[in-house]
Amino acid sequence: MKTGFRKERIDRGIKARTDDIFAIGSFKEISYVAMPRFLVIAFLLTFPLLGNLTGIYWQNVMMITCTIALLAISWDMLASVGLVSLGQAMFFGTGAYITGYLNHGFNWSPLLSIPTATVAGAFLCTLLLFPVLRLRGIYFGLITFAIPLLLSRIIEATKILGGTEGLSGLTPLPGLTVELYIIITATLVCVFGFRKMFDTDYGLVLRGIRDNDRAVMAGGINIQWFKTQAVFIAALPATFAGAFLTHHYQIVGMPAFALEYSILPLTSVIIGGAGSFTGAMLGAFILVPISEILRAFGTLRIVVYCLVLLIFAIGLPEGIFHYIQRKYHQFERLVPLEEIKNET
Amino acid sequence: MLETVIIFGLVNSVTLILTAIGFSLTFGLSGVANFAHGGIYILSGFLAWVLLNSLGLPFALAAVLTVILVGVLGGVIYRVVIMPVRGIVLSEVVATFAVGIGILEFFRWRGFVTYDFKIPAIIKGSVSIAGVYVDYQRLIIIAIGLVLAVVLWYFTHHTRIGLALRGMAQDEYTALSVGIESDWAATLSMALGAALAAIAALVILPLGIISINMGYDVLLLALAVTIVGGLESTNGLILGCFILGFARIITGTYFGPEWMEVIYLAAIVLVLAIKPSGLCGKSKELEERV
Repeated sequence: MKTGFRKERIDRGIKARTDDIFAIGSFKEISYVAMPRFLVIAFLLTFPLLGNLTGIYWQNVMMITCTIALLAISWDMLASVGLVSLGQAMFFGTGAYITGYLNHGFNWSPLLSIPTATVAGAFLCTLLLFPVLRLRGIYFGLITFAIPLLLSRIIEATKILGGTEGLSGLTPLPGLTVELYIIITATLVCVFGFRKMFDTDYGLVLRGIRDNDRAVMAGGINIQWFKTQAVFIAALPATFAGAFLTHHYQIVGMPAFALEYSILPLTSVIIGGAGSFTGAMLGAFILVPISEILRAFGTLRIVVYCLVLLIFAIGLPEGIFHYIQRKYHQFERLVPLEEIKNET
Repeated sequence: MLETVIIFGLVNSVTLILTAIGFSLTFGLSGVANFAHGGIYILSGFLAWVLLNSLGLPFALAAVLTVILVGVLGGVIYRVVIMPVRGIVLSEVVATFAVGIGILEFFRWRGFVTYDFKIPAIIKGSVSIAGVYVDYQRLIIIAIGLVLAVVLWYFTHHTRIGLALRGMAQDEYTALSVGIESDWAATLSMALGAALAAIAALVILPLGIISINMGYDVLLLALAVTIVGGLESTNGLILGCFILGFARIITGTYFGPEWMEVIYLAAIVLVLAIKPSGLCGKSKELEERV
């Protein structure tokens, strides 16, 4: 009775060896574990030095890519406690406006205004989202979608913070290479730091809240307080990105709350794959350069994002990163169905 | 002054009901938050414009065709886009969000942004009520809004299909076991929501020009009223519309028009801080949201 085959997925030998046995045997095994990380870090750290090779345009693209990567990482962090954000522009814009106001109004140097804006912005956003943290799933998304749009309306209506014209003439940062190093370091620290954090007990609680918040509550843990902390931590990279890019452009205005800063990170995560931070970063590094190439097409660009988003959301919901990771660690082989029947 | 507030507050509230009812109905019946609502609304406007101006159809025929075509499109969106990811909330939101923004930005790219794009009013002219001039179109909005609310209430409470849809919304497994097909019901609810958005567009858009940004505003308005009134509750929707509609006109009249948009944020934040399930939210919704 031969009916056919099915696919079976098993770990590669080298994966099994490097996973469990602590003492790593050979150079091959060490490189199997470390090489992917090493390649990413090496590429990012040498990129700013290749200014002559890449040209200033692509250096600027790298800047935006890292910004979007930071926003996407922030999104992923929120999603890992079960909060789906549709308005990353809120964090971005808050960071941008605080640093703009401090620099424009009080002449604070960027050295002081960016860190202040990062922390104060994250605090402000947490405060703003605090009453909504009780909401789950879609409802939280609805609110976060509305907030950045409404914040920009308020600025337009009340004419505070420069109104529709924004605040211009901010202090520039010292040179593109330095800027690139700062933002690349920030991105790497966030990705690897957050990944590390999710391996600790603290991260376990956060993931528990996403998977089953009732069980975490039953365990005697105040999930409201943990969610608040998670929002604060998640807001930090995003507000930093906003504050940093403000000084890069030397202007802050209502576009800081633009829909683009909400859609791009979301699309990045969908492309790269949620839940691992690396996926979010990978998504940004695929999406933003492509979107720069498409810039000549005007708003058709956004239509293309939407198509990409649809294709990935429906066709490959796990994202590219998880797909690659699976191929790296495991291989597939055909198993006759008969054999399995005999086993059971 | 007071007459203006009352009359335009009423017009505004009914406009809000018309705008939000499609979104609220789809959500209430199938649990799909249709973020493409704004896109569908603007799409209906342009579709009607094309039917009227490029094909030269009479208004009544164009209107009926628009509503039917957009309704079918809503069903197709459900079948093609939402059904494969049904149940994964994030993917549902992302997919409809992508469809909505895709539609809006597609029209922007095609250059549908000038002042030429208008839908004619059904009856031109205006009438004076208690010293306030109101054009007929606004009166028609009130009439259609009220008729639609009654028809929908009758449909969801006293027809077999309507009851089946509500059964689906209340308990999917029980509904399945008595023979109501889940995907069919959700397709229908999506189609209905889209058709309602088309009706809203046909009645409201003649008041001004068709602008792309209005698509985003429509979605925001629908979100605001459903959050204030309580999702899944029709009474809540109507209450939310009247509160926000009058609040908008009152702030516009006494504080200045730039504050009209700010009132929504205030309302959303207040409601969420005090009663997160919305003004008419029931305990069931509270369980899901909190």
